[in-house]
Amino acid sequence: MRTTARLIATTGATALLIAGCGDDATKTAAAGDGRITVAASDTSCEVAKAESAAGTVTFTVANKGAKVTEFYVYAAGDRVMGEVENIAPGLSRELIVELAAGQYETACKPGMIGKGIRNGFVVTGSSAPLTEDAKLAQATADYQRYVKSQTGALIEKTTEFVDAVKKGDKEKAKALFPVSRTYWERIEPVAEIFGDLDPAIDGREDGLEPGQEFTGYHRIEKDLWQTGDISKSGPIADKLLVDVQKIVDLANSTPLSPLQLANGAKELLDEVATGKITGEEDRYSHTDLWDFNANVEGSKAAIAALRPALEEKDPALVKTLDEKFAAVTASLEKHRAGDGWKLHNELTQADLKQLSDDINALAEPISKVAGLVAGK
Amino acid sequence: MIGLAGAGVAGIAATGGALALTSGKNPEPKPVAGIGDAVPFYGARQAGIITPAQDRLHFVAFDVITGKKAELLAMLEAWTAAAARMTAGLDAGTIGAVGGIPEAPPDDTGEAIGLPASGLTLTIGFGPGLFRDAGGKDRFGIADRKPQALADLPHFPGDAIDPRISGGDICIQACAHDPQVAVHAVRNLARIGMGVVSVRWSQLGFGRTSSTSVSQDTPRNLFGFKDGTANLKAEETALLDDHLWVKPGDGPEWMAGGSYLVSRKIRMIVETWDRTSLVEQETIVGRTKGTGAPLTGKAEFDEPDFAAVDGEGEPVIALEAHVRLAHHSQNSGARMLRRGYNYVDGSDGLGRLDAGLFFISYQRDPHRQFVPVQTALARKDVMNEYIRHVSSGLFACPPGLVAADDHWGRALLS
Repeated sequence: MRTTARLIATTGATALLIAGCGDDATKTAAAGDGRITVAASDTSCEVAKAESAAGTVTFTVANKGAKVTEFYVYAAGDRVMGEVENIAPGLSRELIVELAAGQYETACKPGMIGKGIRNGFVVTGSSAPLTEDAKLAQATADYQRYVKSQTGALIEKTTEFVDAVKKGDKEKAKALFPVSRTYWERIEPVAEIFGDLDPAIDGREDGLEPGQEFTGYHRIEKDLWQTGDISKSGPIADKLLVDVQKIVDLANSTPLSPLQLANGAKELLDEVATGKITGEEDRYSHTDLWDFNANVEGSKAAIAALRPALEEKDPALVKTLDEKFAAVTASLEKHRAGDGWKLHNELTQADLKQLSDDINALAEPISKVAGLVAGK
Repeated sequence: MIGLAGAGVAGIAATGGALALTSGKNPEPKPVAGIGDAVPFYGARQAGIITPAQDRLHFVAFDVITGKKAELLAMLEAWTAAAARMTAGLDAGTIGAVGGIPEAPPDDTGEAIGLPASGLTLTIGFGPGLFRDAGGKDRFGIADRKPQALADLPHFPGDAIDPRISGGDICIQACAHDPQVAVHAVRNLARIGMGVVSVRWSQLGFGRTSSTSVSQDTPRNLFGFKDGTANLKAEETALLDDHLWVKPGDGPEWMAGGSYLVSRKIRMIVETWDRTSLVEQETIVGRTKGTGAPLTGKAEFDEPDFAAVDGEGEPVIALEAHVRLAHHSQNSGARMLRRGYNYVDGSDGLGRLDAGLFFISYQRDPHRQFVPVQTALARKDVMNEYIRHVSSGLFACPPGLVAADDHWGRALLS
């Protein structure tokens, strides 16, 4: 967390948003090729059709596996066109997505990890190329939709976490702690716009001012891992859920500018460089790599939303970013443990140096994106 | 910039005067000409070797983390452009610290705004790991260009080398009269290099311990003694040709006209040294503490007489005195150009200063010059009771860049 909101408010960009507003994955399906069923298991992802006409496409994703899964539709560079998060075993969820003609990929992510099980998906038809401003407007609309799906999952998982804490189920709460935080960490710069709530939700004990109460995820983390006593954590857990709901409502009703996306992508990597590499963030549970991965995913999502605009302005930079994101992901994958990650205190100094180098290599070119988006 | 440069010079001169007044006994320091001036970046030799030693050092060693030669070459080209600018007293990039659009990070970090060039020199060297990585792989296809002189230094008796602050694939020696200028240069190069190189270790030095020109007084190290009296000097051109510069035919062509750099971080246990009597200190060093004269002479630059004996037949300069063991006359004529700096890295948690000498020497072949001298010192020097060698580096510093379109590493890597 940070104690001050760092996203720079911009003027003049808000108008760009209007064009993209109104996309809502939960609304009823419109035209297109009708429903496409997706049978997801722990090892397979069977998409009934591999192509569709341009327009609204509806996927019905049935999770027949034993792990929680996710379903994504990606454009080039893993730009998320739409996704459904947190599909529990046995459940079916719908994804409604607007797709212009082009090459896409679908992905199921059993266990909610990694690249997922990918399939090609072709959309045919004609669509007019977007102007530069329209591309930026599309970027914010795409990213806003990403925020919406992430905040939805954040509420669901935090509710489960809070329930486990209140029932005194320590093992379940411990397992849910890094998972619920994943959705938070992916969109943290958005949350940080709302200065007061961020410290209440994600503040660390040493960041408190005199008289301020230690609340939020890390307070419960301390109760779970250090003191081992959550019998009195109920009110803190309730407050966490209330605060998370507040921030989710704010995040979904506040328009973002393209510049905020660019700065957010950089800030997420700054979070990694300052808090996660050092193990400060999750100092009691040492689950920092979950947050690390989520920060990188969130950064990638913001850059992916900007991708069509960046392709036009600086294709070489886009190529560099693809390479550097891939390098970070590859280094991180070495520390995978099952569906999760090794603990921070299980990594060697050499492991951390490697991760630090990879983050620096990525963050430096990402710092150029804001200037490009500002377009001067 | 020029106006501010003038102010900088005046500020430093005033400080020097104040020091002289309070210390009383010392003579007025010699005025240093053009302390804010720029040292030319381009030339047949790299600057920062026989350039009169500046007061401050920031030395940095990098690991090369890319596997792509093209990326490394592109970075070295970008480094060269930034180095040429910064040594001229300019911002690292063409946009500058405050000249760009507000939404983008500046291409210079800004802490040198308003400071003159301050004699900044940036000297590059290439370490053994650039030719073959730790696994022995010839990662850039240049293993056949590795000079024999770059073979690993041996382990010397008593070495306590910490690998985390030793070695490296590329080094940059940044020297300047203003520490902020030296740090600024290293920081900007590190930033430009992100993704291609990663800082392995770096060291600040706050006071030169050698003079590399007869125009300079011999400074003192943290033992309080004059250091480097018998150093090679810029004016001794014939000696430099024999001992400092690599000659054509010495090894691969790309190093002809260059020099090899050895770095050794030498921790000094100053607290125990300070409890040692003056006579013992002088016996260990073989020179007087006051003037730096050899114990057989009267003035600093008197040649030591290693054959001289006292009334009881004992050598006046002890057989194990530092000056005897290190002197070229005792080491088959081996000489080096020393360019070290004092350092204090805070304290060590045991109530002691973490202080010492960051030794740098340049020579034509470290295995014929540094190695025999250090072997003699490591075996016999009584001073070893008060010092620990904790870091070691060896780098090949190529000749200078003559043409403005040439860049660092091109002769080696292209």
